Amino acid sequence: MSNAAIGEGIGQPVRRKEDFRFITGNGHYTDDIARPRQTWAYFLRSPHAHAKIRGIDTKSAETAPGVVAIFTGKHVADDGLGGLICGWTVSSKDGTPMKVGPHPILAVDTVRYVGDHVAMVVAETLAEARSAAEMIDVDYETLPAAVALAACQSKDAPQVHPEAPRNTCFEWELGNKSETEAAFAKADRIVKLDLTNNRLIPNAMEPRAALGEYDKGTGTYTLHTTSQNPHVARLVLSAFVGVAPEHKLRVIAPDVGGGFGSKIFIYAEETACVWAAAKVGRPIKWTADRSEAFLSDAHGRDHLSHAELALDKNGKFLALRVKTVANLGAYLSTFSASVPTYLYGTLLSGQYDIPAIYVEVDGVYTHTAPVDAYRGAGRPEATYLVERIVETAARETGIDPAEIRRRNFIRSFPHQTPVIMAYDAGDYEASLDAAMKAADHKGFPARKAEAEKRGKLRGLGFSSYIEACGLAPSAAVGSLGAGVGLWESAEVRVNPTGNVEVLTGSHSHGQGHETTFAQLVASRLGIPMEQVEIVHGDTDKVQFGMGTYGSRSGAVGMSAIVKALDKIETKAKKIAAHLMEAAVEDIVFENGTFTVQGTDKTMPWAQLALSAYTAHGFPSAEIEPGLKEGAFYDPTNFTFPAGCHICEVEIDPDTGVTRIINFVAVDDFGTIINPMIVEGQVHGGIAQGIGQALLEHGVYDPESGQLITGSYMDYCMPRADDLPSFNLGFTKTVCPSNPLGMKGCGEAGAIASPPAIINAITDALGIRDIEMPATPARVWAAIQSRPRAAAE
Amino acid sequence: MYQFNYARPKTLAEAEALLAKADDPKLLAGGQTLIPTLKQRLAMPSDLIDIGGLKELDFIRAEGDAVMIGAGAKHATVAQSPDVKKHNPALAALAEGIGDPAVRHMGTIGGSIANNDPAADYPAACLALDAKIHTSKRLIEADQFFKGMFETALEDGEIVKEITFPHPEKAAYMKFPNPASRYAMVGVFVSKGPWGVRVAVTGAGQNGVFRVKEMEDALTKSWSPDAVAGVKVPAKGLNADLHGTAEYRAHLITVMAKRAVAAAG
Repeated sequence: MSNAAIGEGIGQPVRRKEDFRFITGNGHYTDDIARPRQTWAYFLRSPHAHAKIRGIDTKSAETAPGVVAIFTGKHVADDGLGGLICGWTVSSKDGTPMKVGPHPILAVDTVRYVGDHVAMVVAETLAEARSAAEMIDVDYETLPAAVALAACQSKDAPQVHPEAPRNTCFEWELGNKSETEAAFAKADRIVKLDLTNNRLIPNAMEPRAALGEYDKGTGTYTLHTTSQNPHVARLVLSAFVGVAPEHKLRVIAPDVGGGFGSKIFIYAEETACVWAAAKVGRPIKWTADRSEAFLSDAHGRDHLSHAELALDKNGKFLALRVKTVANLGAYLSTFSASVPTYLYGTLLSGQYDIPAIYVEVDGVYTHTAPVDAYRGAGRPEATYLVERIVETAARETGIDPAEIRRRNFIRSFPHQTPVIMAYDAGDYEASLDAAMKAADHKGFPARKAEAEKRGKLRGLGFSSYIEACGLAPSAAVGSLGAGVGLWESAEVRVNPTGNVEVLTGSHSHGQGHETTFAQLVASRLGIPMEQVEIVHGDTDKVQFGMGTYGSRSGAVGMSAIVKALDKIETKAKKIAAHLMEAAVEDIVFENGTFTVQGTDKTMPWAQLALSAYTAHGFPSAEIEPGLKEGAFYDPTNFTFPAGCHICEVEIDPDTGVTRIINFVAVDDFGTIINPMIVEGQVHGGIAQGIGQALLEHGVYDPESGQLITGSYMDYCMPRADDLPSFNLGFTKTVCPSNPLGMKGCGEAGAIASPPAIINAITDALGIRDIEMPATPARVWAAIQSRPRAAAE
Repeated sequence: MYQFNYARPKTLAEAEALLAKADDPKLLAGGQTLIPTLKQRLAMPSDLIDIGGLKELDFIRAEGDAVMIGAGAKHATVAQSPDVKKHNPALAALAEGIGDPAVRHMGTIGGSIANNDPAADYPAACLALDAKIHTSKRLIEADQFFKGMFETALEDGEIVKEITFPHPEKAAYMKFPNPASRYAMVGVFVSKGPWGVRVAVTGAGQNGVFRVKEMEDALTKSWSPDAVAGVKVPAKGLNADLHGTAEYRAHLITVMAKRAVAAAG
C-alpha cells in the first residue's frame, strides 16, 4: 500500500511525531540534563548601560559558601581566548569594511549595555553562585550612554566603540542612485513616509541554557546548548574563540523550545560554560532565567526609516528611495550586519516592478543589547516599509489599494529586481484575488457602516508581501560578505532490517522536522513513517550542517535529503538488478517494491535492505556492501514565498482598543509537505506579527539605558485572546530552484502581517501613520489629534 | 531567594505570637506577590509565617445584610461562592477577573488588600462597597484602610481576619487591563447601597485606590451612564508610563465608570 493510501504521503496533514514526547513531559531539553559533580554558573551583569570598570574585587566572594571558581574578563584574556565574532562582513559606500569593536566573552575594562557580562561565578548550587555574585565589588565609573537611536550618530553622542566614530559601524548602500534620482526628477507624484520598526525581544518559550563538560582523559569538550545550528556554534567556538580544536569539541543541541532566530547566535554564557568546565574540572550548568533572557538575548528589528516612492500619473511606480538607520546594539552579534543590509535592502522591490531603487542603511551602535535576526530578519522590515508606502500612495492618489498593487505587480518571471534578487516564480494577483474573496472585500463598506452605527471604527488593510528564504546559494551569500556557505547536508542510513535513519544538518526547535522529513523519506521509500528516524542536533552524529533559520529547512535541508535518497535509490536498484538478474535500467522502484519491468519478478524493500548487508555473492568490484549515502545540497537561488494578507479591524474610539475582526492570509509556499504543520507555522508567524503591530515593544530608558520592558509586566506578549481565528488559504507556483518545488513558510506570517494590521488601523482612523505597537493608548491619542473633519 | 525561617502555625493566635517575636517577619498567604518578590531577591525577611492553611480564616458566609469573607478565602472561591454570587454578583465577577486561574486558586482576599498593590482589584471593591475590615486587633473601615501605594492602616503584628461586604442594591466593576500585565490600568467599581453611591478607582492613581466624589454626586442625582459621562477626572496625580499617559488614564476612568453604571443596571 502506498504512503498516500495510509495518510502519510507528501501533502497530507500527518500529526506531529514529536508532540507526544513534548506534551507528556518526556522531551530532553538542556536544562533536563544533570551530570555527576555538576556545578552551576551565575553571571554577574552590568547594572549600567555604559561604564568603565576600574576594578573587580572578588576576594570576599571567593570565600563565600559553595564557590568553586570566579572568572572575569582578565582570566579569559589571559587564557588567550578570542572574542565573539560577526560572521558577515558588510562594507560601506566608500568601500571600507564595517567598523567592528571587540566583543569580549566577559567584559575587560568597559561595559556597554545593561546586562553585559562582567563575571562568572561557579558554585555548588545556583543560589550559592548568585549569593557570591552579590559579594563581588565592581568599581564602575559610570559614563553617559548612547541609547536613543536617532541621536546616536551625532558627534556629541557618547561613543560605544572608539573603532566606530559617531557610532557608525557601516554606511551601506544598494541599488542605482543616479537612475533613482532621474526617475524621481520626472515623477508626477512623490509619496513620503517616515517609519519606525519597533524593537522586539524574542522570548522563546525555553530560555537559553548550556551544560559544559570536559573529559580530562580524552581532552574533549562537550557543550549541550540551546542552539539552532550546533555545527556553526562548534566552528565559531573552535576557529574563532579558540575554546578547543573542532575535533575535540562536541556540541549537542537536544530538544530546543523555540528560537525565532535568537538561538542562532553564539553567546558569551554558553561559551564561558564550556571553556570554564576544563578550568574547574567539573561540568558547569547555566540556564537563563526570564529576566536574563530579556536583557541578554539578541533583540530584533529596531529601524528608523525615511522612504519616498515616485509615481507617474497612472499610479505606476517609477522609483523607490530609502534611508534607514538600523540599531545594532552594543556589539555585533553573529549575523547582525547582514540583517539590516542584504536581508533587508534586497527585498525593497516587494511584489512590484520598480525600475529603480536606491537604499542607504547606516548600522549604528548603541548602548543596548545586541540586535540580530528575529523571525523574518530584515524581510519584515522591508515588507513593512514597502507595504506601508504603497498603501499611502493608494490613499494619496485616490487609487484603490488593490488596484494600485495590480498596476504594479511583476507578471513575468524570472524577474531581475534592481536590488540583487532574481524572482523565479510567482502569481501575485492570484493570492490578492483569493485573499480579497476570503476577506469578503465587497462586503466591507456595509460592515463599516454597521460598525459606525455602534460607534466603532472599521478599517481594512492589505499586505502583498514577498520574502526571500531558503538561505541560500553559497556562492551568492559569499559574494555578499557571508563568512559561511549556506548549503545543507543529509545522510540516509538504511539498516539491515529496512528501517532508516536520516541525519540532517537542519535543526528542529519546533518546526516538526521529525514529521515532515519522515513523510518525505517514507513516501520515497514506500515504508511506514514509524520506520524512519530523523537524527539532528549533535555534531558527533551529523557530520556537518548549517542549521535552521531563514525558513531554510524545507527548501535546503529536505532537498539535501532528496539528493541522498536519489543516491540510495540508484544503489538499491543496482543491488536489485544483481539479485533479480536483470539490467539496472529495467528495475522500477515504487511503493517500496523493486520490480523487473515487464516481468513478475519483485523484491520488497526490507529484503533488499537485508541483502545489501548480507552481500552474499555481490560482485565486489561493482557493488559495495551496505546501503548508506550522504549528500550536500547547495541551491541555485533563494526561494521566494509570496502572498497577500488582509486584516480587518474594529476600533473602539472610547478606549483605543483595536480588535482584529478578520485576518486572511493567502500564501504561495510552492509544494507543501504537511499542510497542518504549514498552517501552524503561519499561525505562529501571524501571532508574532500581531505582537509586533499591536503589543510588543522593547524599550530602554533613553537616559539611563535601563531596559524598561524587562519582564512580562511591561513587555506585552500576544496571548490567545489577543488573536482572532485565522483565515488561511494557499495558492501555488512551484519553486524551480529545488527538487521538491518548496519555498519555505516559517517566517511569512511575521513578515507579512504587521503592515496589513497598521494599514487597517490607519484606514479606520483616516490617518497617515501610527507607530507600532499601536497600543490602545497610542490609538486613542491618534484619535484625539485627528483633524476635526476626519473625526466626524 | 535568600534564606529565611519558615513557620506554618495552626491557629491565628499562634501566628500572632510568631509574628510578635520574629525579627523582620512577613506573612505568607497565597504568595502570589510575595513569592515572586522573594525569588527575585527583592525582599529579605527573617521569617515567613505561612497563614495560608489557617482554617479559621477560610470561610464565606452570608448573614443579615452582609457577606463575610475570611481573609484566607481564595479568589476562585469568592468567584464561585453561591452567597457572593447571590448577594454581590459584582464582587464575584471581580474575583473571577483577577489574574489567571493559577493566581485565582492561590491568591487570597486578605493577602490582596494587605498588600494594597495600586493596580489590584479588591481595594476598589472594598472602598466602593463600604467594606469593614476586621483584623486580629480591631475593625477598620475601608475608607480608613488604604493609605497609598502598598500602604495600609495595618500595624506591625496585625493580621486581617475578615472582610464584611454589606449587600449593594446595584454594583458593577469595569476593568481596563494593562495590555502586558493584565493588572488594572484603570478599574472602576460603582455601587449604590445603604451607604449611598460610591465610585472607587484602582490602577490609575499614584497613591492607589481612590473615590471620585464628583461622580458619586452625579450618580446620586441620577443613576445613569450619562450622569458620569460628562465628569472628567483631572490627570494630575494619575500614573503615566509606557502604557499610557495620565490624560489617557483620566479619560478611561470616565469611560469605565460609564460602562460600570450601564452594567450595574
